[in-house]
Amino acid sequence: MNILDNFFFVALPYMAIPIFLIGTIIRYRNRKFSVSSLSSQFLESGSLFWGSVTFHIGVILLFFGHLIAFLFPETLLGFNAQPMRLLIIEISAFSAGLLMLFGLVRLLFRRMTNERVQIVTTKMDIFIELLIIVQVILGLCIAYFNTWGSSWFASSITPYLNSLFLLNPDISSVSAMPWLLKWHIIGAYLILIMFPFSRLIHVLVMPLHYLGRPYQRVLWNWDRSEVRNPNAVWEKQRPNNN
Amino acid sequence: MDIKSQISMVFHLDKCIGCHTCSIACKNIWTDRKGAEYMWWNNVETKPGTGYPTKWEDQDIYHGGWKKDGGTLKLRGAGKGKGLANIFHNPKLPMIDDYYEPFTFKYLELIEAPAMDDQPTARPISLITGKPMDIKMGPNWDDDLSGTPDFARNDVNLKKLTAKEQEAMFQLEQMAFFYLPRICNHCLNPACVASCPSGAIYKRGEDGIVLINQDVCKGWRMCVTACPYKKAYYNWNTGKSEKCILCYPRLESGLAPACMHSCVGRIRYLGVLLYDADKIFDTVASSAKDSDIIARQKEMILDPFDPDVIAEAKKNGILDSTIKAAQESPVYKFVKEWDLALPLHPEFGTLPMLFYVPPMLPVMASITDVDNTELAKKMDSKSKFWDDKWLYDTTTKEIFGSIEDARFPLEYMANLFTAGDVTIIRDVIKKLMSIRIYRRWKTVGDISEAKAMEALKEVNFTVEEVEASYYLTSLAKFGDRFVIPPAHREQAIEMLDNTGDAKGSMGFGTKITPARGA
Ligand code: SF4
Ligand code: SF4
Repeated sequence: MNILDNFFFVALPYMAIPIFLIGTIIRYRNRKFSVSSLSSQFLESGSLFWGSVTFHIGVILLFFGHLIAFLFPETLLGFNAQPMRLLIIEISAFSAGLLMLFGLVRLLFRRMTNERVQIVTTKMDIFIELLIIVQVILGLCIAYFNTWGSSWFASSITPYLNSLFLLNPDISSVSAMPWLLKWHIIGAYLILIMFPFSRLIHVLVMPLHYLGRPYQRVLWNWDRSEVRNPNAVWEKQRPNNN
Repeated sequence: MDIKSQISMVFHLDKCIGCHTCSIACKNIWTDRKGAEYMWWNNVETKPGTGYPTKWEDQDIYHGGWKKDGGTLKLRGAGKGKGLANIFHNPKLPMIDDYYEPFTFKYLELIEAPAMDDQPTARPISLITGKPMDIKMGPNWDDDLSGTPDFARNDVNLKKLTAKEQEAMFQLEQMAFFYLPRICNHCLNPACVASCPSGAIYKRGEDGIVLINQDVCKGWRMCVTACPYKKAYYNWNTGKSEKCILCYPRLESGLAPACMHSCVGRIRYLGVLLYDADKIFDTVASSAKDSDIIARQKEMILDPFDPDVIAEAKKNGILDSTIKAAQESPVYKFVKEWDLALPLHPEFGTLPMLFYVPPMLPVMASITDVDNTELAKKMDSKSKFWDDKWLYDTTTKEIFGSIEDARFPLEYMANLFTAGDVTIIRDVIKKLMSIRIYRRWKTVGDISEAKAMEALKEVNFTVEEVEASYYLTSLAKFGDRFVIPPAHREQAIEMLDNTGDAKGSMGFGTKITPARGA
């Protein structure tokens, strides 16, 4: 058992993180064209709304929930000290999970049944979708059977994750965890590994910079100040629009 | 003053014969690819009609373009707030069925069918699913069908007409319609650029062409919603948006864009305009009426002969060759000098830089009630006799008399070209008519010189101007119609970093095969 634990909780993450980082960088640099999530809304819109919006809202809430528990365990534990607050956090996290599951199942159903959407569906799309569905179901089961996760995550998982980042892995807390939880962690690493090879990569190109830019964009190929200067070398200025 | 140069266009609608050669030329070069079959960067619609995509002009349906909001401008269906809020699902995205489902025919069945009693048929199959389908719609489904209730009566521009005017038109439209060829307008205040969350769409500083960087585009599809002319299209196969590129690779090598080069009616003109980019926002945002935008947009366009303008343009890095092209620009003449060309739907607020000379036909003629019983008596009993009493009347007793009781109500034209302002369109049509009256005096001679001169005087046209506009309309050679500013490739080989082509690529923007974003 210890060998397996060592593999899944030490070797796997140390494989997953470089694959995620290097794969993403290579794909972004060399195949920038492919860095997006192929939208099928143009072919089918109605049922996409209920699937996509619910899924995304759920996943964003849960992502930040996990992130906060990892980054600010003390604060979270302090917050959870009052039972009422703990209950509220637990219930909202569980609802977010349900929302996400509802969305995912709808999306999967849509992918499998709509003729037009099938045409733009790859095996990878289905695989990723199933992977995340399993991950959500595991998460929901954990929330149901091993309650008060927001507290024990902060006290037992966060130290484990920290130990990974500090290159001094300590799996004592995770190896004592129930199997449901172990599988949820393994699922997370698998998702991380698949990240650069699937449409998940679109998460990294969220267009938040849109908020800060002026509406209109004008790009010059020539250097305007130099173009009339007979001594200027045109080649000096690399075109900047592609 | 921030002078920029813009390659802009004039389409002379009286000359368009609706042959769709332009559409095919464009399709063969740019959109003959999977996912782009349904796109017609150049399309030709019959007016009155619903157009492509169906009813695109109705912004209550499509939510395109800008709207004034206090002192500022807001995108109707996209923008920073709405765009990001709707990023997971764009509720205002037109769907493939608003355009049409692309199709082909199973021609092989004609050859491979075994011998049988019936003729083999080539069944239509969908270019999306590959399955047999019923064709319900095409890109020019309303072609020449202006008289049918499905299309003409649903024309968005008829909304504001009175019931009586509409009725009058519906009796007559069975004879009267015109064609409206449309490409991307390469607007000065483009809604597509403003709506792009990724910042993939940009206007080229040198010539004002609006392009989508295929590598930066992430397929959020906001431009499809935002463009009020529905000239940004989503490629469902690559997951990127695409639009008319004004054939910039051709322009950079001194060739006219394919649609213009191939135009059978020779209706198309292309040339440089110099304009003051500082005024863009104010022109739209602080126009009291929508129709004021037209005059103010024309004010933005500067006189390329004015020494101050030239000096300022030089300071701004505009080349001598571009200034020269601006001075010879046929577009400048039509738009500024003669005031003959108008933008399409200026009320959308994007300041389109494609201008239309509105069609005069069938305005020229009106319908007169005649008593033709005498005529009937004289006719052979076998011959076909039309027992209605209408006559197509082209006489011009008063010079511009027939404009008012034209077969097309001026209000209809005004809704298309002048945001509903009838006086502006009437002036333009009067001018067009004066050219005809003048030429009729010259060639047919049944109009007196005095009358021809009176017509010119009334519209403030000099004889030189009339001759020049007649020349540019009817006789102009290739070099007169297309005055393309040199891109100086002797200095910088390509204006884009890579225009290298790869098999299956769209010929612009990326060197590798555009495998879709998995
Ligand atoms: S016509 Fe549409 S796509 Fe073209 S520049 Fe204007 S807003 Fe953009
Ligand atoms: S090729 Fe010219 S004449 Fe023919 S439809 Fe196009 S614009 Fe009209």
